[in-house]
Amino acid sequence: MAATTTNPTYKLDLTSSPHVHSRWSTKQAMWMVVFALIPSIISAVVFFGFYQLLIIAVSVGFAVGTEAAIKAIRKRPITIMDGSGIITGLLLALILPPNFNLAFTAIGSVVAIGIGKEIFGGLGYNIFNPALVGRAFLQASFPVPMTTWTAPNYTVDAVTTATPLSAFKFDKVAADLSDLFIGNIGGSTGETSSIAVLIGGIVLIGAGVVNWRVPVSMIAGILVFGGIFYFIDPAAYPNPVFHLFAGGFLFGALFMATDWVTSPLTSKGMIIYGLGIALVLVIIRLFGGLPEGVMYAILFMNSFVPLINRYNRPRVFGEVTK
Amino acid sequence: MNLFQKAKTFRGGIHPGEAKELSENSVFETMPNPAAILIPLQHSAGKAAKPLVKKGDDVKCGQLIAEPDGFISAPIHSPVSGKVTKITPAATVGGFPKDTILITPAETNEYDFMETLNPDKVTPAEIKERVKQAGIVGKGGAAFPTYVKLSPPEDKKIDVIILNGCECEPYLTRDYRFMIERTNEVVSGLQLIMKAIGVDKGSIGIEDNKPGAIAKLKEAVKFIPNITVDVVKTKYPQGAEKMLIKAVTNREVPPGKLPMDVGVVIQNIGTAIAVHDAVVKGEPEITAALTVSGKGINQPKNLIVRVGTPLSDVIEYCGGVNEYVEKVVVGGPMMGVAQFDFSAPIQKATSGLLVLTEDEINAHEETPCLKCGMCVDVCPLGLEPTKLARLSKLDRLEEAEKLDITVCMECGTCTYTCPANIPLVQWIRLGKQRVMTMQRERKSA
Repeated sequence: MAATTTNPTYKLDLTSSPHVHSRWSTKQAMWMVVFALIPSIISAVVFFGFYQLLIIAVSVGFAVGTEAAIKAIRKRPITIMDGSGIITGLLLALILPPNFNLAFTAIGSVVAIGIGKEIFGGLGYNIFNPALVGRAFLQASFPVPMTTWTAPNYTVDAVTTATPLSAFKFDKVAADLSDLFIGNIGGSTGETSSIAVLIGGIVLIGAGVVNWRVPVSMIAGILVFGGIFYFIDPAAYPNPVFHLFAGGFLFGALFMATDWVTSPLTSKGMIIYGLGIALVLVIIRLFGGLPEGVMYAILFMNSFVPLINRYNRPRVFGEVTK
Repeated sequence: MNLFQKAKTFRGGIHPGEAKELSENSVFETMPNPAAILIPLQHSAGKAAKPLVKKGDDVKCGQLIAEPDGFISAPIHSPVSGKVTKITPAATVGGFPKDTILITPAETNEYDFMETLNPDKVTPAEIKERVKQAGIVGKGGAAFPTYVKLSPPEDKKIDVIILNGCECEPYLTRDYRFMIERTNEVVSGLQLIMKAIGVDKGSIGIEDNKPGAIAKLKEAVKFIPNITVDVVKTKYPQGAEKMLIKAVTNREVPPGKLPMDVGVVIQNIGTAIAVHDAVVKGEPEITAALTVSGKGINQPKNLIVRVGTPLSDVIEYCGGVNEYVEKVVVGGPMMGVAQFDFSAPIQKATSGLLVLTEDEINAHEETPCLKCGMCVDVCPLGLEPTKLARLSKLDRLEEAEKLDITVCMECGTCTYTCPANIPLVQWIRLGKQRVMTMQRERKSA
């Protein structure tokens, strides 16, 4: 767009106003997300061992490689340095079970980028969160490895454990809340430590990359919807605080549901979307066949985003509300 | 200022780097006469004035040289004594050539001002007539002739005059300097405007990043109970009419309506000064006050220049540009116009001349929209810029019309914010013009 003209001495930029721009760019925002995932990467390594770094490397490598390959086939500019492929790879790796098979990881990563993103035209055009598409594919294809939870470190090698959610669902055993908070429990590698997820999430909200409305409405939603059932029968249904810290809820609320591309545009839309995820999640967790449902809840609400955008326009200044 | 009192404001908006420190402490300097004066016949919204002089005429400083053509049009006076050399189309800061009167200034100025009036005894009709004769135009963006705003239709009940001292555009410090250096004249101008319209409530809206000006104004109105100094939050575009009215009175001007529809007349600080000078000194609008700033100019200044002074003379007077110059803008960095022909003259409503460097512009490459919603979040008018820009780009004008594209005031907040660097307001501006053309055609059909 840079139209220039020659005056005796200088070439001047003649583009129309505004003539200044904020320091933000997509690339910076993406790298900010990568930065915010560092605490979760650390918690994955601390609780489940260095092997998790290998999963991350494979996942990121195949994500970036797939993106570059598809762009090359389509003869489009290679955009891997925008950081979005790296994020998808990282997110996918962090929502896999500990010590997951590397070949399967690679397949998940290829599907996440290929089917989750590039098939729609690349970054900005996809409907579903790519990392969750990859994980949903793995869940359907390899159900057993995807639900084999190696216990956190300091126990004996290769001992499997139940996740707190499945323990509650099938045995009505509620995990200790402090373990849930620290992350010393069974679960997907990046999700177990609530504290690590919260640190990264708060950084993103503080930097303005993530709009607080999505995570806050999800948290409010799960406390209210979970609380209603707990109030009805505390023996049969878990405490809403347990819902909040168990499984992938916080990771989903701060890193998955907040994906710019697949979440609504307007403030009101974001709140409806967040509450919707919380409602679907509570229903899956309490009445579905699976102990956990963050992934499906988010994917389900992703599909409503265009509709939410259409019916939740902001109020035009000076217009009387109907 | 009470720390616990939240500054009044509006929803949305941004806070770009202010960059006011470059010029905020420079006292106004009056620039000497340039070698040639070029006065376009149009300085305001509405119709161009009709020239009353011809080639070879001698004119005095302050002499009427072009008369208004119709209701929305402003007269023009010669800013210098001298000889009319030509009337010809010439470059303007708006980008299009306009009919222009060229004057070669004489060695000394002979003045031909109007008679002075006593501000305490002047009648409302006299003030309006004086503002009309002095050719005062609004100092906001649209440069509406001021006397039109002083003559609201009978059925519009105005109950407050707001003086806009926000100066929310980065870099600009002209209004700030007026409030600091000519505090009492600002208040006097406001009182004259209030008297002209017959309103007994006045407010000066000012952003909280100007504590020096706030203190001076509060001191000046200490014994004037019907004028308040309303401190509002420092945020762009706080100085947009609708936004300031919302902050000060909590009233919202509906789409397609004017401030007078909610009982408000809003005027700029520079306009108040011009009204004061016209009444008290008999001075027609022959000078413009502007901030010359940016990291590309060697000596940032606040200047009083003769209307009609070419941009090149102003740049030279401020020490010229340095090697990093990337863009030259007349107006503010958010809504100003990029310049390519520096023979174009300063006009009555010119508020700034910015010489910007690459570092200040901070342009990035455009990438696809990620639907992050930041543009929606910051739009002060509650629009959805990403949708409007896309519809404009795809030529889907009817849909853009339904999504209120014509409400956009082109403040540029969306483009400033967009992390994907999409030229949102640029697309919207284009779409808006085309929708408005479509609406006119529909009406005439």
